[in-house]
Amino acid sequence: MKRSNIYILCLVLAVSALLVSCAKQLDLYPVNDLTPEVVYATPAGYKSVLAKIYGTLAITGNSGPAGAPDIGGGLDEGSQVAFIRGFFNLQELPTDEAVVAWNDQTIYDLHNLSWTAADPFILGAYARPIYNITLINEYLRESTSDKLSGRNISGSDASAITESRAEVRFLRAFNYWVMLDLFGKSTFITEENKIGTELPREISRVDLFAFIESELLAIENEMAPAKTIEYGRVDQAAAWALLARLYLNAEVYTGTPKYSEAITFSTKVINAGYALQPGYAKLFMADNDKQKDELIFAINCDGLRTKAYGNTTFLIHAACSQDFEDYGVSNGWGGYRATSALGDLFEDLSGATDQRALFTTSLFGTSTAQQQIADVGDFSNGLHVRKFVNIRSDGGQVSDLTKEFTDTDFPVFRLSEMYLLYAEAVLRGGAGGDNSTALEYLNRIRFRAYGESYGPGDIGRISSGDLNLQLILDERGRELYWEGHRRTDLIRYGQLTTGTYLWPWKGGVSSGTAVNSRYNLYPIPNNNLSSNPNLTQNEGY
Amino acid sequence: MKHYFFTLLALLTISIVSAQSSITGIVSDELGGTVIGATVLITGTTAGTVTDENGRYMLSGLSGNEVSLSVTYIGYETISRVVALQSNGEVVANFSLRPDNKVLDEIVVVAYGTRKKEDLTGSVTSVTAKDFQKGNINSPEQLLTGKVAGLNVTTGGGAAGGGSRIRIRSGASLNASNEPLLVVDGIPIEGNGIAGSANLLNTINPNDIESVSILKDASATALYGSRASNGVIIITTKTGQKGKMQFNFNTQVSLGTIVEKVDVYSGDQIRSLINAGGNQNFISLLGNANTDWQDEIYQNSFGTDNNLSVSGSIGDLPYRVSVGYLNQDGLLRTNNFDRLSGAINLNPTLFNDHLKVNVAIKAVQTNNVFANEGAVGAAVTFDPTQPVHATNQFGNYFEWLQNENTVHALATRNPVSLLELRDNTSTVNRFLGNIQLDYKLHFFPDLHVYANLGMDKAKGSGTDIISRLAATDYLVGGRVIPYEQGKSNTLADVGFLYEKSLGANSSIDVLLGHSYQDFYTDVSNFPQYSEADNTEIPGTIPAFATDKPQFRLESYLGRVNLTLANKYLITGSLRRDASSKFSPDNRVGYFPALAVAWKLHEEIFPNSSAVSDLKVRFGWGVTGQQDIGSYYSYLPTYNRSNETATYQFGDAYYSFLRPGAYDANIRWETTTTTNLGLDFGFANNRVTGSIDLYNKKTKDLLSVIPVAPGSNFDIALLTNVGNMENRGVEFTLNTTPVYNEGLIWNFGFNVTYNESKISNLLSQPDPSFNGINVSNIAGGTGNQIGKFAIDYAPYTFFVYKQVYDQTTGRPIEGLYEDLNRDGVIDDKDRYLYTKPAPDFLFGVQTNFIIRKFSVGLAGHAAFNNYVYNNYFSETTVFRHVQNPLGYIGNASTGYDDTQFANNEYLSDYYIENGSFFRLDNINLGYNVGRVFRDRAGLRLNASVQNVVLITKYRGLDPELAADTGIDNNIYPRPRIYSVGLNLDF
Repeated sequence: MKRSNIYILCLVLAVSALLVSCAKQLDLYPVNDLTPEVVYATPAGYKSVLAKIYGTLAITGNSGPAGAPDIGGGLDEGSQVAFIRGFFNLQELPTDEAVVAWNDQTIYDLHNLSWTAADPFILGAYARPIYNITLINEYLRESTSDKLSGRNISGSDASAITESRAEVRFLRAFNYWVMLDLFGKSTFITEENKIGTELPREISRVDLFAFIESELLAIENEMAPAKTIEYGRVDQAAAWALLARLYLNAEVYTGTPKYSEAITFSTKVINAGYALQPGYAKLFMADNDKQKDELIFAINCDGLRTKAYGNTTFLIHAACSQDFEDYGVSNGWGGYRATSALGDLFEDLSGATDQRALFTTSLFGTSTAQQQIADVGDFSNGLHVRKFVNIRSDGGQVSDLTKEFTDTDFPVFRLSEMYLLYAEAVLRGGAGGDNSTALEYLNRIRFRAYGESYGPGDIGRISSGDLNLQLILDERGRELYWEGHRRTDLIRYGQLTTGTYLWPWKGGVSSGTAVNSRYNLYPIPNNNLSSNPNLTQNEGY
Repeated sequence: MKHYFFTLLALLTISIVSAQSSITGIVSDELGGTVIGATVLITGTTAGTVTDENGRYMLSGLSGNEVSLSVTYIGYETISRVVALQSNGEVVANFSLRPDNKVLDEIVVVAYGTRKKEDLTGSVTSVTAKDFQKGNINSPEQLLTGKVAGLNVTTGGGAAGGGSRIRIRSGASLNASNEPLLVVDGIPIEGNGIAGSANLLNTINPNDIESVSILKDASATALYGSRASNGVIIITTKTGQKGKMQFNFNTQVSLGTIVEKVDVYSGDQIRSLINAGGNQNFISLLGNANTDWQDEIYQNSFGTDNNLSVSGSIGDLPYRVSVGYLNQDGLLRTNNFDRLSGAINLNPTLFNDHLKVNVAIKAVQTNNVFANEGAVGAAVTFDPTQPVHATNQFGNYFEWLQNENTVHALATRNPVSLLELRDNTSTVNRFLGNIQLDYKLHFFPDLHVYANLGMDKAKGSGTDIISRLAATDYLVGGRVIPYEQGKSNTLADVGFLYEKSLGANSSIDVLLGHSYQDFYTDVSNFPQYSEADNTEIPGTIPAFATDKPQFRLESYLGRVNLTLANKYLITGSLRRDASSKFSPDNRVGYFPALAVAWKLHEEIFPNSSAVSDLKVRFGWGVTGQQDIGSYYSYLPTYNRSNETATYQFGDAYYSFLRPGAYDANIRWETTTTTNLGLDFGFANNRVTGSIDLYNKKTKDLLSVIPVAPGSNFDIALLTNVGNMENRGVEFTLNTTPVYNEGLIWNFGFNVTYNESKISNLLSQPDPSFNGINVSNIAGGTGNQIGKFAIDYAPYTFFVYKQVYDQTTGRPIEGLYEDLNRDGVIDDKDRYLYTKPAPDFLFGVQTNFIIRKFSVGLAGHAAFNNYVYNNYFSETTVFRHVQNPLGYIGNASTGYDDTQFANNEYLSDYYIENGSFFRLDNINLGYNVGRVFRDRAGLRLNASVQNVVLITKYRGLDPELAADTGIDNNIYPRPRIYSVGLNLDF
């Protein structure tokens, strides 16, 4: 071998050695984000994922109030993908209980009952429950007894995690109920589905009803007994309350009435130890977490630690303008108020007799002229609602001293609904209940509403002769307005799209008009049809 | 450039003939500038010298009556002249060189090497210092505005030290980066910015730059593999030259002024509008002032730029050392940028020219005072009937108040207060250094071993302080926001280069290399503090105090250049990249390229001066794009929430762990480019130019597309799904129409035509799919004005068709054409209208040299770039003047044409043709010549920048740095007047 060749060989070897030493590991991992193996190695990791599963109902992402949204896709984090805000928009805006002054994209279409499958608010409202369910399924996959034992989690840690599986299955059923009610069918995924590799299938309304029912019945006895679990989490009573609500609407959902079952499960809740507390307004104040005896399930909000633009922060800011101090916040967004049709449900709008009439503010009264909405875009027109406020009933400080974000929790299930639900199921022919109990329940609501009395001359008391279905609907309006029930109620009574009941600006006309019956359900958003060929559109869209 | 100095210097042997006479003189170029390094030889001998940094030469010890001298310099015609000698005396003989238009010997920096311009096979344009944009240039990319066909440099606005959008042949991507790869002295640098810097590129002093090569087609860029899809820009800095110590000093002062203000209503006009509206609530809010808020926030901006360099050699060690100091005000009050920069280049040649070493070190400190650019928008929307100052607790700036103690939270803030009660300052330090070794083996000189070891470290830190008096943040007692970020990029390249002449004008060279590069970011997150009492502001404590994202690239590369009979050129290359950003299964990518060129003039017109150059080129190559945003997107990971995103269980609040959406199979985009080019030169290269036709097809386009809800942890996912195509033609022409002793006139222009089209965006076909909405606009939460749609250009506007009143010609509020004729106006009536990207780009420059004077002009233009005038759509409505939230605002006078009460954001009325021509620059130069008793050469210059803007667009400036084409009232670009001088000594 020539000497120069030896040199070259040496050189090649030297360079090769250098290359090998350079070819360092290309497997790099983030320092703050965690891999699933690390997350689920400890019980604390499970609890943080559980907190996320609850938290998706309260806030919109991993950075409060905004900045790390759960759901992207070009949707606005604050206004379009929040659970409470989205649910409120879709349940209240198409009804007599709410109109909005803003000019955000297609938001007028909601009150006008004229939305399309391209609507971004509907896209967000579809995305949120399914996102929540996706998280829940992941939790269920990672919390099986096999996985726990494989990770050396045992004893009380393991049993606590196992018990939480029933809770998250409740939350999955609840999110599916939202899909069932709004869209009449759903993308269907369970813990059997894999992430990122398969297209979910669609489930029909009847099958989804059956799934929700079977899940709730299955977990009923795995959940903590009513009123025993730590604050903020769901127990048995929540499952019963959701079953009762599901059965009350079963005829709409499946064509088969289940009023007897509605009576059975509402009775279970009523007998679980809850009681109406004096002071209706306190249920919607910043310290409503103290109303545990009445609230079966509420979504927790906190002005410092659970911040979003789409929870009660929205409900409170959007309802006020210059009169924001009445609402306990730092400013008003001047957006949402009710039509005069809500006002018409009350004999007295001042709140002096029926204390549920929370409509007077330092800026707006309740005169007939005030209630008229000449221009939907002018916030000063309409009946102003001062129901949700960021003021504590005990006069104490709210947690966010700047009063930008609110502490008020959003009630999902509360005792009054169960009373009303029982009464309606009885009137609709359900077995297992009776009229006199129904009347008694309604009068409990009235007694509290009129300030632990029935008002002067007992004007608030309902007599057995008054008891009829329309009264129940109206009473639901008075008791539950702005809590996300109205659209479901009007559909059950056949009044959402038909001409039997008109309210201002229904169908985009100031005097109100009937609209196509397709608006009883929301359309499946176009984007979802494109990305998942297994999905089908609702009729008429 | 540096390379032929080595050659030149090596060639020369300086000999001195023993005699008495001497000759001295200066060699100058056609511009009157001195020529450094020109060879002055006694004709027919090897005796002679080279000119020094002042262009001066000296030959002594001559004998006889006369001597014939010939002066040569690369790129210039050789001059020979007989000079009469003076016995025992010194005569002066100056030479003025004329460019040899046969400049094809010019060396161009290309990927991993250099090449003679005439041997280029790919589409590469090199711009050298003499052709840079003149005037007040803060950042290197601005040197290139309008200079190169296919290159579009758009400044983001007038911020001092601000950045630009750089696009080569339009973008190849939708959601991944469209920025070209930047390579500085052989180190690929990360384009992304750093905390505290408006533009990380501004840390490179333009005065230190020798040349910039723009690599456009894949055959030129493919050696950069997975980072090359958007083209490559190679910046080469100046190096030292052998000889005695030479200084260059240049200084420049400039003054920027606002060119044009937005037309808004005056206080009187607002008063009459509100009074006419008749709403007492608003009439009572009116003030008595006539404040021009734009006058209140803008200033004349002063700038100064000073640079001193010294070069020469210490023994055999050539060096260049430079320092620079720039201080630049912004047009917006309080905005300032300064830069102190230093650079050292050492380029010794050792072991009998066997080892070439090049050490380049740049160290920079920039200081920024950022103005609150929110003031730009506030100034055109704030009520002009109100005074700047009022007596209140908010710093005595007029603000809309709810009551004495409370500001109206949703009202526009006082623009002057936004500027004066906020102080955001930062310091960015950067060190960029590398050592390049090229060792020609002693025992096998055809083979070179090279190494390039480099490091780029930057650190930015600063504090944004908002006063406790500020209406924006008084509730928390003002805000102190600290920030800090560090970045480091290390590079190790090693390889072999084999060069061999095959005889008969044929040669081959082969490059084999390995490259390893690591990018590391060190982010520090801090809580915010109350400015009043220095306590932590609740809710601002970050989830993590630090973050350290990192990625690495490991690559092998190879290239073969083959030249046959000096007529046929073939280049083939291949790069193998492995990137840590992708899963092990998708980590490795191969990026091949092939190019051929045929020197037709050698074949058909050898030695012709009429057809002095004619070459066809064809190139094909595959490049990639791995700048996909996240470094870890293939990994399933859980993200920890911050302390304001927690949930209450019992008495405790629990932070979240959230699984993120991910695509385990994510991989790079690949772009296949074909390019057909023709280079030509006529009349002894008095006319030169080139034409290029290109086609870029991107597949596996990284797009954020809707995914089936429930299939992943989001409804949209960044994944490889689409296809996109860019096609275009580029034409460049440079001419010298007049060339004589008294006058030289150069004229050149370039034109680019480009069309882009998205050809697929779905993973499975869906006939009902009509695209993905994009382009968020200001106003009306969540509105989007653009679309990614199949068969359309990216960001095509998606709008309603406005209906106009037949008699007045005014748009009718809220009335649109029912395009699908279904009786209702809804989303289905929106249509795809025009697009933001221009069809044509145009650049032009000319200069005249009249003896010692020079005059230059440069401009650029774009055609059929459409703009969404978001400022108009948001403010030209009565709702914006008489805001229902209870305050008064201002509107553009465009309201006269619409009289809209409410916003109609999605109307095509607001889409306008933004075609424009901008005269970027007029510059004057005067070469004073030798001054200070012949000790120094002096040149003077003056320039005006942003001289004229010609456009029909009704907004302020249609040249937008945003791909979306949304004009949201940018920080205006100033007109800048500058004067300067340049001294060589």
